[in-house]
Amino acid sequence: MDTSYYFIQALNGIQYGFLLFLVASGLTLIFGIMGIINLAHGSFYMIGAYLCWWLTQMIGNLFLGIVAGVPLVVLLGLFIERFGIIHLYKRDHLYQVLFTFGLILIFNEMRSVLWGNEVQSVQIPEILSHGIPLTDVQSYPVYRLFISLVCMALAAMLYLVVQRTRLGMTIRAGASNREMVQALGIDIVKLFAIVFAMGAALAAFAGMVSAPVQSVFPGMGDEILIVSLVVVVVGGVGSIKGAFLGAMLIGMADTFGAVFLPHGAGIVIYAVMAIVLLWRPQGLFGRT
Amino acid sequence: MYRISRPSLVILLVMAIGLALYPFVGESYYIRLMTKIMALGIFAMSLDLLIGFTGLISLGHAAFFGVASYVVAWYIVKAGVTNALFMLPTAVAVSGLCALVIGWLSIRTSGIYFIMITLAFAQMLHAFFKDQSYWGGTDGFNFYTKPNLAIGDTVLLDLGNKVTLYYVTFALMVATFVFLAVLLHSPFGRAIQGVKVNEGRMRAMGYNVRNLKLMSFVIAGMLAGVAGFIEATRTAYVNPEMMSWHASGNVMVMVILGGMGTLYGPILGALALTLLGDNISSLWDHWLLIMGAFVIAVVMFLPEGIAGLIEGVTQKFGKKPPPKEETEP
Repeated sequence: MDTSYYFIQALNGIQYGFLLFLVASGLTLIFGIMGIINLAHGSFYMIGAYLCWWLTQMIGNLFLGIVAGVPLVVLLGLFIERFGIIHLYKRDHLYQVLFTFGLILIFNEMRSVLWGNEVQSVQIPEILSHGIPLTDVQSYPVYRLFISLVCMALAAMLYLVVQRTRLGMTIRAGASNREMVQALGIDIVKLFAIVFAMGAALAAFAGMVSAPVQSVFPGMGDEILIVSLVVVVVGGVGSIKGAFLGAMLIGMADTFGAVFLPHGAGIVIYAVMAIVLLWRPQGLFGRT
Repeated sequence: MYRISRPSLVILLVMAIGLALYPFVGESYYIRLMTKIMALGIFAMSLDLLIGFTGLISLGHAAFFGVASYVVAWYIVKAGVTNALFMLPTAVAVSGLCALVIGWLSIRTSGIYFIMITLAFAQMLHAFFKDQSYWGGTDGFNFYTKPNLAIGDTVLLDLGNKVTLYYVTFALMVATFVFLAVLLHSPFGRAIQGVKVNEGRMRAMGYNVRNLKLMSFVIAGMLAGVAGFIEATRTAYVNPEMMSWHASGNVMVMVILGGMGTLYGPILGALALTLLGDNISSLWDHWLLIMGAFVIAVVMFLPEGIAGLIEGVTQKFGKKPPPKEETEP
């Protein structure tokens, strides 16, 4: 228990935070812009991981597997939005919850039909499989660093797209006032499809890059969904900035919770959420 | 306002009589299954109080069901007490206490937040019972003695007997129905229904909306505890999955499938969904695929549920249709 140990844990926390951000940013945008509570969002993470495992096995290369997998998930996202989610825009949240709950059951069973129920693992590619020595005995795996860097690049790209492009402008406008965006003649149908597919792809990508460092297992979608919901609640619905800070906070809380409270690790993130709720019920960056 | 149309009341009475006589003709397996359905009926009715009458979409309701089950397991496994006279009140009280704390935190928010927060807190309890080896961890508890109802050393009711448990469950279900029907006609019940229709107006009229919601949340949690007590007694087995959010989702499906805001609908929903699952799960390994499609079909084509169908048919043949009420989305 020395400084390098805590340093490693902090790096792990950051890496987990970035992964959470990729999943939660899609979730928060889909809430904020489309007004949809999408419980099936975690399923895209699971699908991403299984796709990655399956494609990597077939192609023999993780990177090519990811490159081939992401477009598939984009197509899946567009399909689900066009034939499923589109019916929910004018419905009560209650029905959105149930509909996407049904989607989860379908996704889980499809996964079981296509890929089975076994826990799988993905090999870390040769180039990234070594560790960076920190002390004589401890080292930090390069692959984890790679995850953090890739996610950081994606987060920066997302930031630039949302803040600096015309598409991003409509996305931000849509998040703050959907009706007005529609009234200004912006094709909201197309915007919704883009946002949904983008969210799905981000979640799936998170599942893909993290597949080599964690096992690929059936319940992983549910697990990440709940934590991402906590991130969104902490950060505030519809806020990318909130999703980022929330993800880092929850990523750190979860990692250090496991270090300091090994028996109550599962509870720490919810305690953080409860504290934020007491202080700011609308989340750190939520609108009242 | 909550009311049952007269033809539906006749259907309900026929159902009640049918249920009361069922153990005389039913097979052992189906008596146990009907007990499960009635327990789930209580569970679904308690959620209907929140979703259908108070307008609170709780996605963590299984937490209170599960906590009560763990109280039963704790009494039998850890304390060696089997008397339901202690067990049931404690189970209900602990469920109510959990609902008070979770509700107090969640009711500060509304809409999408409320859904996510109730879900998250239920997951927290799930994580708690899963992580602690004292509580049996992922495996939960199996117990071999079943609760009974005794005064002193005289055993009045042996809940290990499936027919006895069936009738106790039946009585509790009828009691829950009557309790909720009376509650909904009381000033409190009228007030929470007002909160569902127009929260702002109720606040303007001087009602403490937050307290009304919290009380409704606690009552629903306690009734879910009653259901959890029965289910733990029936199966003599508890595990953390009883309070997972899939369980919360399932009971929500029951409420919508049966018809929310009707009180008897959720019982029909519990019946329909459980029988469907029971029938198709033995036919195909991937039966959950059908279940998922079924849930989506209900959302798309049957948003008013089975009770909505019944009310629609009976209204067509009834003398005068009850006045339509204005509701705000």
